[in-house]
Amino acid sequence: MKAEIEIANVENDDTKIREIKNKEESTEAETLIDVKNMNLWYGDNQAIKNVSIAIPKNRITALIGPSGCGKSTFLKSLNRMNDLVEGVKIEGSLTLAGVDIYKDIDVSVLRRRVGMVFQKPNPFPMSIYDNVAYGLRVQGVRSRAQLDEAVERSLRQAAIWDECKDRLKKSALGLSGGQQQRLCIARTIAVEPEVVLMDEPTSALDPISTSKIEELALELRKNYTIVIVTHNMQQAARIADKTAFFLLGELVEYGDTNKMFTSPSDDRTEAYITGRFG
Amino acid sequence: MMRENLSRQLELLNNELIEMGALCEDAIASAVKYLSTADQKLLGNAAEAERQIDRQEREIEDLCMKLIIREQPVATDLRVISSALRMTSDMERIGDQAYDISDVAKNIAPLKVGGEIQIYDMAEATVRMVTESVNSFVTKDVAAAKAVIAMDDVVDRLFDAVKNELIAAIESKSGKGELYIDLLMIAKYFERIGDHAVNIAEWVIYSVSGEHKQRPQS
Repeated sequence: MKAEIEIANVENDDTKIREIKNKEESTEAETLIDVKNMNLWYGDNQAIKNVSIAIPKNRITALIGPSGCGKSTFLKSLNRMNDLVEGVKIEGSLTLAGVDIYKDIDVSVLRRRVGMVFQKPNPFPMSIYDNVAYGLRVQGVRSRAQLDEAVERSLRQAAIWDECKDRLKKSALGLSGGQQQRLCIARTIAVEPEVVLMDEPTSALDPISTSKIEELALELRKNYTIVIVTHNMQQAARIADKTAFFLLGELVEYGDTNKMFTSPSDDRTEAYITGRFG
Repeated sequence: MMRENLSRQLELLNNELIEMGALCEDAIASAVKYLSTADQKLLGNAAEAERQIDRQEREIEDLCMKLIIREQPVATDLRVISSALRMTSDMERIGDQAYDISDVAKNIAPLKVGGEIQIYDMAEATVRMVTESVNSFVTKDVAAAKAVIAMDDVVDRLFDAVKNELIAAIESKSGKGELYIDLLMIAKYFERIGDHAVNIAEWVIYSVSGEHKQRPQS
């Protein structure tokens, strides 16, 4: 009888584990950024060709592809950084939580909701504190307590608080490259965006700093939607839930990262990720 | 073609696996022949094949580990290497079981059985499964691998038939109980070898197509 009960308990545990697992797998995240039939030209040169992609909320989506494939152009389109480029023309529909980002939203509001971290860390030549508080001050926040709270929270979320809590008034330029990049992430998330775009955020960093940024991205994923451009296949494989492969302005393949790195559907993806491209 | 070194190393891995497969075929063939002839040289061959198979398994494992560390393989390359690691485990078991057959056979070789005890039919069918599973790997032939999986039903039916005949023989109190038990063990080893050939065929299918019946697409 006792043995039977024990077996029954084991079965219950198994069922529970299976249920949790199934739930995790079946909970497809809702789409936050929905791009449909997007085309982009720089003058006569078409850089993005009829791209449609649904980027899920609170997930990491990696954009991969060879140089000049359109992945960075695509990333920049998501917070209208391309508006500054002369002769750029964009067609199609790009929506953030259902709002058309090229028609129905002010660009400064969009950039508060969609922050960006660049390839090279670019802290402002001011103190660590002022770097993080910058966006909030631009928004008109003046309360010292509110700024203090936001600076600490952002630096903690960016996993750099312990390293700089005693030097908040010191210049941000005195930090190492890896610390500067985490500071830039703190600055980006201080204004509580919904999306964080990262354009090759670790390509200028050493492996330890890279690993810290990757860990950070995985942590931030709980509160933010992350879209990252990377040339590092292993980085995409390590941190991304979804991966999109761009080639010559086209979106060749988009899907679950595990599937893409074990059994890609398209021969061009296979050739690229296995390093046999060209 | 870029990544010449990776391509060369994968070619080497392919050749090593083919060699290990051939050793498995030798091991079983020696065990079966020893069973029918009691030729001592064949007993030595089975033992030597088993040792070589173990060595080959370690070499292939080292090569796969080196490839994973150095080349960080993905997609087809990753599937080939992970399949190779799994296949070598099955091949190593085949080597062990071929040796076990010759070990049990020491008691009963040379064995002359006829009638309903189809032990040599089982031997022939399992040897063919192992050979065909290795061939399907060499030719990357999914259809051939699927044919191996289908052949397992034949071996299983033969095993059931042999087992029933042996039960009947034991119940008839012919005084050859020990012989029949040894034969049952040998039949079971053949049946297990068939299962390992099925595993190899499944990994061939996975390495070629990315599909594995126990590994749903992620």
